[in-house]
Amino acid sequence: MTVAVNPAQSGEPVFYLADEHPHPEGYSTSLGFWIYLMSDCLIFAILFATFGVLGGNYAAGPAPKDLFELPLVAVNTSMLLLSSITYGFAMLTMQQNKIGQTQMWLAITGLFGAAFIGIELSEFAHMIHEGATPQRSAFLSAFFTLVGTHGLHVTCGLIWLVTLMVQVWKFGLIEANRRRLMCLSMFWHFLDVVWIGVFTFVYLLGVLR
Amino acid sequence: MNTDTHAAHADDHHHGDSHAHGSFSTYMLGFVLSVVLTAIPFWLVMSGALPSKQITALVIMAFAVVQIVVHMIYFLHMNTTSENGWSMMALIFTIVMVVIALSGSLWVMNHLNSNMMPIHQMTGMK
Amino acid sequence: MSPDLLKLIFGRLGLESLPLHEPIVVGTFAVVATGGLVMLAGLTYFRVWGYLWSEWFTSVDHKRIGIMYMILGIVMLLRGFADALMMRLQQALAFGGSEGYLNSHHYDQVFTAHGVIMIFFVAMPLVTGLMNFVVPLQIGARDVSFPFLNNFSFWMTVGGAVLVMASLFIGEFARTGWLAYPPLSNIGYSPDVGVDYYIWGLQVAGVGTTLSGINLICTIVKLRCPGMTMMRMPVFTWTALCTNVLIVASFPVLTVVLALLSLDRYVGTNFFTNDFGGSPMMYVNLIWIWGHPEVYILVLPAFGIFSEVTSTFSGKRLFGYTSMVYATVVITILSYLVWLHHFFTMGSGASVNSFFGITTMIISIPTGAKMFNWLFTMYRGRIRFELPMMWTIAFMLTFVLGGMTGVLLAVPPADFVLHNSLFLIAHFHNVIIGGVVFGAFAGIGYWFPKAFGFKLDPFWGKLSFWFWVTGFYLAFMPLYVLGLMGVTRRLRVFDDPSLQIWFIVAGIGAFLVFLGILSMLMQFAVSFLRREQLKDVTGDPWDARTLEWATSSPPPAYNFAFTPVVHDNDAWWDMKKHGYQRPLTGFKPIHMPSSTGTGIILAGFATAMGFGLIWYIWWLAAVSFIAMLAVGIGHTFNYHRDFDIPADDVVRAEDARTKLLAGAK
Repeated sequence: MTVAVNPAQSGEPVFYLADEHPHPEGYSTSLGFWIYLMSDCLIFAILFATFGVLGGNYAAGPAPKDLFELPLVAVNTSMLLLSSITYGFAMLTMQQNKIGQTQMWLAITGLFGAAFIGIELSEFAHMIHEGATPQRSAFLSAFFTLVGTHGLHVTCGLIWLVTLMVQVWKFGLIEANRRRLMCLSMFWHFLDVVWIGVFTFVYLLGVLR
Repeated sequence: MNTDTHAAHADDHHHGDSHAHGSFSTYMLGFVLSVVLTAIPFWLVMSGALPSKQITALVIMAFAVVQIVVHMIYFLHMNTTSENGWSMMALIFTIVMVVIALSGSLWVMNHLNSNMMPIHQMTGMK
Repeated sequence: MSPDLLKLIFGRLGLESLPLHEPIVVGTFAVVATGGLVMLAGLTYFRVWGYLWSEWFTSVDHKRIGIMYMILGIVMLLRGFADALMMRLQQALAFGGSEGYLNSHHYDQVFTAHGVIMIFFVAMPLVTGLMNFVVPLQIGARDVSFPFLNNFSFWMTVGGAVLVMASLFIGEFARTGWLAYPPLSNIGYSPDVGVDYYIWGLQVAGVGTTLSGINLICTIVKLRCPGMTMMRMPVFTWTALCTNVLIVASFPVLTVVLALLSLDRYVGTNFFTNDFGGSPMMYVNLIWIWGHPEVYILVLPAFGIFSEVTSTFSGKRLFGYTSMVYATVVITILSYLVWLHHFFTMGSGASVNSFFGITTMIISIPTGAKMFNWLFTMYRGRIRFELPMMWTIAFMLTFVLGGMTGVLLAVPPADFVLHNSLFLIAHFHNVIIGGVVFGAFAGIGYWFPKAFGFKLDPFWGKLSFWFWVTGFYLAFMPLYVLGLMGVTRRLRVFDDPSLQIWFIVAGIGAFLVFLGILSMLMQFAVSFLRREQLKDVTGDPWDARTLEWATSSPPPAYNFAFTPVVHDNDAWWDMKKHGYQRPLTGFKPIHMPSSTGTGIILAGFATAMGFGLIWYIWWLAAVSFIAMLAVGIGHTFNYHRDFDIPADDVVRAEDARTKLLAGAK
């Protein structure tokens, strides 16, 4: 793009690029993915709003105080936090083109994510076993849906992570794969941000109520 | 290249890498900060260190906001220059929408509740 | 076979699900089935399946996808309008003890389907189609940012439409009104498949809408040609940007609300029930957080079309470009702050109602500013009364009326009287027909030559115009009167015989609109037959101002042989003024995305999954879901998604155009 395009400069204005370079592959991807995350953010916002409105309606059923075990939530939060930093390491090693280390950090991230899902599922199972089912009250409906949607996102992230590990293994750290890893990184850290909202507004404030 | 076309196509020149990546130290700093910012609210609630629940609630919400900002900066590498500021613009717009939808819903629904028969009378009617 | 096994295979779908007891539906089915078979036979006879598949269905070309959206919108318009005619006829007949000809079970489905189809599968595809076709051309781009995603979005919209259409012949549609308020839409009161069709139809289409919103935002932000700064973008592109921002900001809300409603229906949660702490009002609140931005999603692009049309046919630069842009942005933000005016009567206090009443009234200010901008553009212009301009003038007159009744409804005390009355019905048809529909028609007339290379026949177009406009006024002015007299919406029979005359007039109006639609179809047919006389060889049939008119009609797959450089708001006008010479040599290969069938396959599985969930055919839902996941992941293993159009092909296409242009002189 070395044409002079200002009419004041060259007399005749230039109305087209005689010599252009097409946009590189994935030119819009990071912005597009970011906008997708913003729309996802609104999904969570509405679930938070629903929880905010209906979260106090226990219908004479169990309340947060009876159900939530903060130590368990703290462990779960640390799983997610650890997975965030390990994903960060994966990105750093990716920039240094160290495939083996990248794969290792990705695998560790996946394990932390899986641990998070496992703990969450066992918490759910425990609650349901005690009769605190999603059907029991509007509070529990909103709780299971909000936390469950986050869990579902993490699960999708795990499936994506495995897919990407296979792709890195097959095709190496090519440009397309780096871009995909970068998108997943945004997704993963975004889920972390949502979790901050969940543990603060659902668990901590719930126990305070 | 002159400023005329530069405005629209500025990101042509550093495509792909207009994204900040962070380094080991920024990631670690972010991690340590978020551990601290997570641990304190948990401790506040579990120990009941603060005298009133309202104060505790406000404090932990403040911690949440700070921690979200920390994550945005150190993990999501948000800054005002990536994508020519469009990422930041999208984020700010989304935050406005989230605030409107959240606070609006709470306001509207609370108003409806306050104009209805109180809950304890409703449950008594079953 | 045992009933258990049947249930496992077919869910709750059985022979009794077919509406064989409804003669009207059976008749419709016979007509549609015959028509469909004739069409399929014709396609097979002329051997166009391969062509359709490889050139259209799997195409990632934004122009073709845009055209397919338009076809979808027009086909669904026929269905939605058939519903409208049925309602008008029923209401004109059902007086003095007469039950009319529709039973309540059927009538309730008709008005629900009418609303859902007209908004989601007529207005949305028309608007999305125009944006898809025009925006990349207007900004001098070769395609959208994510061409494959664009194809997928389109087929998801089709999938939603297919589900809604299927409900006509397999089972039934919702009988809840177009927003399916609980508790009526809860499983207790609507145990059958109607609401499930509604939910899954909208969810499948909603995914497509959201993704196409993200796609177009990215396109506008990232792919503008050199020189096109934000404040040099054509107004239609600006409105498209704002609309897509609204889509991305509001459709997730709809997705969540419908997901929560389906949890209530399928799992038995208590979000919107009356028991165990649920709140049906929360549904109303949330769905209007989506619902109000939705009407601006529809009308903003229409505003953009009118801006382009007005300045082109007045031969003048648009008056107040900057104020137009700011008005659009202000409307975008404000549209998110007014949702409660749809339920003033639900019981909020005075402070809430007055806040939302005032914000609603404020919206009329930027809208009014736009109206004056159009008027001042026309002022001292050399106005050519071509069809798009006629639609624009009809819009200006009609929309102002609709806007003013809107401001009236924004006053909470007035709304307490008029809520859910026919006055409201008249109001929103006044703005949606007067704004969105007239806008879409203006856009179709304006860009048709660009899309197909020949203009639309003016005679049938004008006939259609006058039928539509008179029909509209005859159909909806009586509804204002009836609404003021207190007649509520969605009624099937009436007691007071003095009201009948108004309904008869409204029925006549609807019939005139029907003639308008027929004339429009006739216009397409006649124009196609006369395409040689109506041919547009220049690529610029209207002496227009923006970049899409710089290329040929129809544009080549790559849109522009060389990426344009822009120096002015009215880029093409500026080029013409400076004696722009079309480049004739130096063509290079052009990098373009390749077609793929993945989008249509994924959307097909999504539709099948929706069908399985509607009928409780769990195996079908599960299999389709897994297939969708597998195909989606499989697609990511394909790293080679584009190709180069060889320079020779570009030379051939451009030489053909050179010949055409020489012949025109």
